[in-house]
Amino acid sequence: MQTENRLTNSLYKTINSFVNVLPIIIGMLLATSLVITVFPEQISAGLFGNGDILDALLGVSIGSIAVGHPLASYLLGGELLRGGVGLVAVTALLVSWVTVGIVQLPAESLLLGGRFAITRNVVCFFTAIIIAFMTAFTLQLLGMV
Amino acid sequence: MPEKRERRGLGGWIFLALVLLSYGLIGLFEPEATTQALTFFLHVMRQVLPVLGLVFILLFIANLLLEPKWIQRYLGTGAGPKGWVAAVIGGILSIGPIYVWYAILSELQSKGMRTALIATFLYGRAVKLPLLPLMIHYFGIAYTLVLCMYLVLFAGINGILVEKLVPQKDNEQI
Repeated sequence: MQTENRLTNSLYKTINSFVNVLPIIIGMLLATSLVITVFPEQISAGLFGNGDILDALLGVSIGSIAVGHPLASYLLGGELLRGGVGLVAVTALLVSWVTVGIVQLPAESLLLGGRFAITRNVVCFFTAIIIAFMTAFTLQLLGMV
Repeated sequence: MPEKRERRGLGGWIFLALVLLSYGLIGLFEPEATTQALTFFLHVMRQVLPVLGLVFILLFIANLLLEPKWIQRYLGTGAGPKGWVAAVIGGILSIGPIYVWYAILSELQSKGMRTALIATFLYGRAVKLPLLPLMIHYFGIAYTLVLCMYLVLFAGINGILVEKLVPQKDNEQI
């Protein structure tokens, strides 16, 4: 009887949580689809070439607002590298693509708290730049670039 | 807690209504783009549905088996090294879009999961195990290894920084 009650309670709580989360997930998917369709995905390599710091800031900004599968960031990063864009900028783009989510911010705020979501994304924005410089520096030290 | 849950639910519906309103407004000027966006949405939704099923099962398991006391002990403010390792590995192994994981983390947060470990879990997701071969293909093995090493290291640093800036109590009150 007690086990049955626990199962029923858990199921009720799960359905309740799921019903609360569902509009957020559907809204996120709709918003992401709209952004991907309306805004062009291609970013010109010509935007870069203003020094490592400015390029890293540009890379991390693009990665932060970008939506889509991380695979798309590899394709874009690979093309940018081939186009002569520096490793720091490309790494900043790759890291921010998977750690910062401006488009996901409303959903993250609603479920985990506004202050947490904003702080986490701001911290991730800056750590993406730090990781970009450290990765390039480490590879240089190892003689890999 | 029930009040918090109800507010969250209402916020979600308002968010969905705002997105639908955006569709309506953009549809007035760009009907073709809106139709394309809806087609894309249906395509993505078909891919996400199995993940949603998994999320439902995980939420059910969390509600059935995970006691707030257990969460507070292993993933709460007193969590030891095992908690950090679990958060990083959990993040690396988590599949599907990030927003479906917000639901599970929200549930664990309400049961006492530490802010730092939530941020660490989310950062751990940056290491995409299934995509590593592709990353090696595009950027080389040395680059991939160095970047992944820093991503794992910074998952923990990120967690500590976020917790310093968003203390546990403040986060729970939002």
